[in-house]
Amino acid sequence: MHAGIIFLLVIVGSVLFHIFTPWYWTDIASNWKGMDDTITLTFWVGGGVFVAVCLFMIYCVFRYQHKEDRRAEYKPEDKKLEKILTWATTLGVAALLAPGLIIWNQYVNVPKNAIEVDVMAWQWGWQYRLPGKDGKLGTTQVRNIADNNPFGINPDDPFGKDDIMVESDVINLENNRPVKILLRSVDVLHNWYVPQFRAKMDAVPGTVTFYWFEPNKVGEYEVLCAEYCGVGHYAMRGGVEVQDKADYEAWLGEQETFEQLSARYEKLNVDGNKLAKK
Amino acid sequence: MSDEYDNNKSYQAQSSEVMDGSTGSVNPDIDYVRPSEVGEQELYHPHSFIEKWIFCQDAKVIGVQYFLTAVFTGVVGLILSWLMRLQLGFPELAGFMTAEHYYQFVTMHGMIMVVYFLTALFLGGFGNYLIPLMVGARDMVFPYVNMLSFWMFFVAVAVLMASFFVPGGPTGAGWTLYPPQTILEGTPGAGMGILLMLISLSLFVIGFTMGGLNYMITILQARTRGMTLMRMPLTVWGIFTATVLAMLAFPALLVSAIMMTLDKVLQTSFFMPTILKAGEVLEYGGGSPILFQHLFWFFGHPEVYIVALPAFGIVSDLISVHARKNIFGYRMMVWAIVGIGALSFFVWAHHMYVSGMNPWFGFFFATTTLIIAVPTAMKVYNWILTLWRGNIRINVVMLWCLGFIVTFVNGGITGIFLGNVSVDVPLSDTYFVIAHFHMVMGIAPLMVIMGAVYHWFPLVAGKMLDEGLGKWHFWITFLGAYSIYFPMHYLGFIGVPRRYFEMYDSPYMTSAVGMNEFISIAAFIVGAAQFILIFNIIKTLKTGKKAEQNPWKANSLEWYTSTVPPEHGNFGDRLPVVHRWPYDFSVPGAKEDYIPQTTAPSEVIHTEVEKT
Repeated sequence: MHAGIIFLLVIVGSVLFHIFTPWYWTDIASNWKGMDDTITLTFWVGGGVFVAVCLFMIYCVFRYQHKEDRRAEYKPEDKKLEKILTWATTLGVAALLAPGLIIWNQYVNVPKNAIEVDVMAWQWGWQYRLPGKDGKLGTTQVRNIADNNPFGINPDDPFGKDDIMVESDVINLENNRPVKILLRSVDVLHNWYVPQFRAKMDAVPGTVTFYWFEPNKVGEYEVLCAEYCGVGHYAMRGGVEVQDKADYEAWLGEQETFEQLSARYEKLNVDGNKLAKK
Repeated sequence: MSDEYDNNKSYQAQSSEVMDGSTGSVNPDIDYVRPSEVGEQELYHPHSFIEKWIFCQDAKVIGVQYFLTAVFTGVVGLILSWLMRLQLGFPELAGFMTAEHYYQFVTMHGMIMVVYFLTALFLGGFGNYLIPLMVGARDMVFPYVNMLSFWMFFVAVAVLMASFFVPGGPTGAGWTLYPPQTILEGTPGAGMGILLMLISLSLFVIGFTMGGLNYMITILQARTRGMTLMRMPLTVWGIFTATVLAMLAFPALLVSAIMMTLDKVLQTSFFMPTILKAGEVLEYGGGSPILFQHLFWFFGHPEVYIVALPAFGIVSDLISVHARKNIFGYRMMVWAIVGIGALSFFVWAHHMYVSGMNPWFGFFFATTTLIIAVPTAMKVYNWILTLWRGNIRINVVMLWCLGFIVTFVNGGITGIFLGNVSVDVPLSDTYFVIAHFHMVMGIAPLMVIMGAVYHWFPLVAGKMLDEGLGKWHFWITFLGAYSIYFPMHYLGFIGVPRRYFEMYDSPYMTSAVGMNEFISIAAFIVGAAQFILIFNIIKTLKTGKKAEQNPWKANSLEWYTSTVPPEHGNFGDRLPVVHRWPYDFSVPGAKEDYIPQTTAPSEVIHTEVEKT
C-alpha cells in the first residue's frame, strides 16, 4: 500500500516540478522557435503517456494487491486491444515525427539571402572570416595556414583577396538577417553553439559543414564548444554580438581584408629585415 | 517430474517413428512429446578446486564469475561517478582534480558501465547462469570455449584497469573515442592509455564472441524435449536476441578499434584528415573522422539494445511470476523483442544528427528511430496489462520491476525528443542527453538487475535475501536515482553542455549551481546505498533463512532442478520434459495458482488451460 502512495507522489512531484521549474529554456534569440514548439508538443504527448502509464500501474498496485484467496485473470492474449494500442501509438508517433521533419527540412535548406560566416575552430579557440565585396569566400587549404594567413586562403584565388578577417573570438551579426555558418576545424571535432540560437553542428577537420539561423534579438551572447575536443573543451568560449544594420555596417567597415592583412605582414617583414641588416 | 518417457537409450528407436510425419496425430496420448533426436551431452566434471572454481566449465560457475567481475568493474565505475559529481557539485572540495583527471574519469566511467558492467553482467552473468537452466540443458554446448570466454573477459578487464597505472593515465577521450582528438596530444591518455583501451576492447569482443556463440547455439540446439521456441521464457528470448545483435554489432567495434590502433601506431589515416597542430602539419591526410562515428554507432546503438533486451525479457518474467498472472500478449512480446533487435541496426546515425554527416540522412534516421518506439511502447503496455487484474505480490522483486517501468517509460519518452532530428538539435550534447541515457539504459536496466538478483538469489545460493534491507535498498536507489536524473533534463533545456569540467561564470551555469549540488548529494547517497545489497548478501550467506525449492512458485525450469543450488548437470538423472509455456499462472480449475512447465496435460485435465 505504501509503495503505491510513494510511486504516486513521485509522479505528482514530477508534474509539479515541470510546472514550477525555474530551470527552463534560455530565452530564444533566433528563428528556430519551431524547435521549441515541437519540444512543447512532445512534452504534452509524451508527458501525457508517461503520466497515464504510471497512474495505470499505480492503480493496479492498489487494486490488485495479493490476496491468498483470489486468483488473477487468465487471459493470454487480447488481439483487439493490442491492435488498438498499436495503431494509437503509431498515430501518436507520426504526429510527433511530422513537425520534426518539417523543421529539419527548413534547417537543411539555407535561404538564398543568408550571409556566409566562416568559423574556424582549433584547440582551443575560434576565428571568423566574412566574404568581401564580391560576396564569395576564397578557397582554403590547411597547409597554407601561417601567421600572415590564419585561414590558409589560397593566394592565387581572386575571391580570397577581399575576404574580411575578424581578428577576435567575437563575431558581429546583423539582426534579422539569416546567417549561414560554415564550420571548419584544423585539428579535432568542435561545435559552435549558442544556446539562445538553438542551432548547432560539428566542425569536422577535413571537411566543411554548415547550418543556418536568423538572429532576432540584439545583444551579446556566449559561444560554447559543444563537441568534446580535448582537455581545453570547457574553456573554449567565444562570443557573438547581434547588432542593428547601422551598427553592424560600422563594425564591418573597421575590419581588415585578407589583402590588407598580407600587406601589413609584408611591411612587418620588410621592416624586420631592415632591422636585421642594421 | 511427470514424464513417462525414458530418454536414455530408447529414443533412437522412437525417432524414426516420429519423423515420418503422420504418426504424431495418430498417437492418442495427449501427453505426447517428441523424443529427442540426439543423445545427451557428455560433461567434463571437475577434479580439483581449480577446475571447480577457477578454470571451470560449468556455465553456472562461469555466470557467477562473470557476475562478480562485472560487479567489480561496476564499483570502479561508481567510484569514478562520485569523483565526477564531486567536481560538478562541490568543485572547492575537489581541488586535487585537474581537467585531465575529470575527463579520464568521465571516459572510464562510461566505457566501464556500458561494456564491462552492463553487457558482461546481462549476457555473461545472467546469460550463462540462466540459459541452460531455462531451456532444460545440462550445460552450454561448448563448455570449454565458454570457460575461455570468461578468462578472455577477465584479461580485458585487467588490461583496462592497468591503464590507470601507465604513464599519462587512462584515456580521457570520452567513451565514444571520437578521433582525431582520441589519439592526439591535448587529450589525456593519448599515449599508452588509449592503446590499452583499444586492446582491452578487442579482447572483450573476442571473448564475447566465444560466449555469444555458446548462448546462441545452446538456445537453438540444446533445448530439452517439448521446449519449443514459443515456449521459452522471455528472459531467454531477450538474451538470445541480444546475443545475435552482439554478434553482428561487435565486429564493427573491433574493426574500428583495429583501424584506430593503426592510425595511432603506424600513422595510417583511416580516420585522420590533414591536421595542423601547434603550427605544424601532422603526418596524416585524407581520412574521415565521421567514418569512425558511423562504425562506432553501428556498434553503439545495437549495444543499447544488447543491454535493454535481456532487461526486457527478465523483467517480463519477474512481473509475471510476482503478479501471478501470465505475461500479457506473449507472442507480441516475442515479436517486439525480435523486431526491436532488427530495427536497432537501422537507427545508428540518430547519434550523429549534428555530426556533420550529410544532413539528408536526418530524415531517414528520424523515421526509423520513431518507428522503433512502437514495438517498445507495446512492451510497456503489455507489462502494465500483466499487472492489470493480477494478484500482485508487492515484494522487493516487484518493487524493482515497478521502478523499472517508471524509469524506462520516462527515459523512453525523452528518447522521442532526441530521436526526432530537429528537436535533437538544441538538446544534443547537453545534460538532457546525459539524463536521457542514464534513465533509460543506466537506471532502468539496473532496476532489472537488482530485481533479478533478489529473485534468483535463492536459486544461486539457496538462501533468501532479507526483504527489509531489500526495501531500504530499493527505495533509496529508486528515489535517489530519479531525483538525480529527472531534474537533470532541465539543465539541458537551459543549454548546459555535457563534458564540461567547469562552467566559469557562464549565465547557463550560475542558475544551475544549486541543482548540481543537489544532484551530487543524491548521487553520493545512491552510490552508498548499493553497499546495502553487498551487506545483505554477506549477511544472508552467513545467517540467512534457507530457501525452499521454488520459493516464488514459478513455472520455468530453473526452479525444477534436482538440487538447490543446482549441481553440475542441473537436472539429475533425467532431463525435464516440457509440456507448456512458463506462464500458466492462476489457471481456472487448477489446484494451485501455477502449473510448472513440466506438468503434463493429463495431470491438469479439468482446467481451462490454453494450449501453448
